[in-house]
Amino acid sequence: MREKILTFIEKNSRIDLKQLAIVLGVDEAIVMNELEKMEEEPVICGYHTIIDWDKVGIEKVTAMIEVRVTPQRGMGFDKVAERIYNYPEVNSVYLISGGFDLMVTLEGKTLREVSQFVSEKLSALDSVLSTKTNFILKKYKDHGTVIAEPTKDERIQMIP
Amino acid sequence: MRNPLSKTIVTIQPSGIRKYFDIVNEMKDGISLGVGEPDFDTPWHIRDEAIYSLEKGRTFYTSNAGLKELKIEIDKYLTRRYGVSYDYNKEIVVTVGGSEAIDIAMRAMLDPGDEVLIPQPSYVSYEPCAVLANGVPVIIELKAENEFRLTAEQLEAAITPKTKVLVLPFPNNPTGAVMEKKDLEAIAEVVIRHDLFVISDEIYSELTYLDNHVTIASLPGMRERTILINGFSKSYAMTGWRLGYACGPADIIGQMIKIHQYAIMCAPTTSQYAAVDALRNGDEDVAKMREEYNGRRRYLMQRFKDMGLSCFEPFGAFYVFPCIKEFGMTSEEFVTELLKAQRVAVVPGTAFGACGEGFVRISYAYSLDSLKKAMDRIEAFVTELRSRKQEI
Repeated sequence: MREKILTFIEKNSRIDLKQLAIVLGVDEAIVMNELEKMEEEPVICGYHTIIDWDKVGIEKVTAMIEVRVTPQRGMGFDKVAERIYNYPEVNSVYLISGGFDLMVTLEGKTLREVSQFVSEKLSALDSVLSTKTNFILKKYKDHGTVIAEPTKDERIQMIP
Repeated sequence: MRNPLSKTIVTIQPSGIRKYFDIVNEMKDGISLGVGEPDFDTPWHIRDEAIYSLEKGRTFYTSNAGLKELKIEIDKYLTRRYGVSYDYNKEIVVTVGGSEAIDIAMRAMLDPGDEVLIPQPSYVSYEPCAVLANGVPVIIELKAENEFRLTAEQLEAAITPKTKVLVLPFPNNPTGAVMEKKDLEAIAEVVIRHDLFVISDEIYSELTYLDNHVTIASLPGMRERTILINGFSKSYAMTGWRLGYACGPADIIGQMIKIHQYAIMCAPTTSQYAAVDALRNGDEDVAKMREEYNGRRRYLMQRFKDMGLSCFEPFGAFYVFPCIKEFGMTSEEFVTELLKAQRVAVVPGTAFGACGEGFVRISYAYSLDSLKKAMDRIEAFVTELRSRKQEI
């Protein structure tokens, strides 16, 4: 049941409960219960909106920053990661295998704002050894959604 | 000048929904639920395989009956899913959609005057194909009270000494009806007793929501008298690729290949390469789409229930076939009025045979959002009709 609910709302988080219950062929109360539980646990960690800010004419700068850090005794990378993800301007923090340790994504209004954050806050942390900032030039696809013109139904409107 | 036209062809009627085309296309903010093809794109890995085949320069004819690899995969697929096996060498022909398979099956089997039993409501091509093959179509009218399944009694009643072929269109377009194993067993008994042949159009076989589809060819004594027709259009969302196939006894398939060879040469090569990948790696995609259709189906059934519109629960394809008799209108009137009043396009049941009168076909090959919008409009429409009726 959980898997079915999650698979569905991962792509349609705005569906109302009643409709979701019908679509899944189960009682509304069961769906509501599961959702509440999953929000508490939390399996469901939030409901967000994918926005193409370019189209509203609002400029944003997103950067993916590769960070090399020194892990701390007894806590590994978790403590450093926490230190970084607590900054509200940080969008996501992943521990990564390969040539560096943490992948930090960041959103700012201007290039300057982002670079300021990197030089003054991120690099200034004791455990941060080095950073490499990659600015995103264009978003093609985000969260499984292609950021492009809406697709048109090209099928012939009536066929037997 | 002499009349250039064949007498046969002029007797054949064009499809009954043509007149709605223009209205629907002109509509602003209209919603069409009139489409008979999946709303999904062909899964990317299948398209990718086609592109790769083009890059590799595989742009030549294939052998008449189809790519060997594809025929082998078709056999494996039918064995895995439905428990019937066919010799790829002489019992399978790859066709330009299921439609071509229907046509050449009839042409290979019918002599002038042979009767073809066609259950209706059903897809529009069986009757004209029978006529073009010099056969005589005989219609069996399926009934809502039987959930639009074909019964042995109805079949028995339609058989004459001239009957040769029975068309079995299940899971059914437009009703969504399915035939379960027990239903097919009853039919098979009559078919064998009267020494008939079956053209089983199973193009919607992957889209069943009750149990797995059963092919009549898998029943004892039926393989040798069945032409099984299937294809890629509905199951893998590949309508535009135009690819289907027919399987059956070598003597019939051999003759069908002859017609196919002279009329078509071979099915599109690129599509055939794509289809190999569909059969090898597509099971998961099919399951996902089925799940999605099933949710929409449940949603529509609930909405009809809520608005008190009578509709038997269909377990196949992606159509529902609600009854509109309570409004005292013909299907065509209902469809036209609905279009005008609420800008929702559905197909009149009569497009699929006279016995479709009193019903309309609603396709759920649309996103839930569109279905919700359309159902709200249909609800408003039937409420309006009912209040109008009360005033009178």
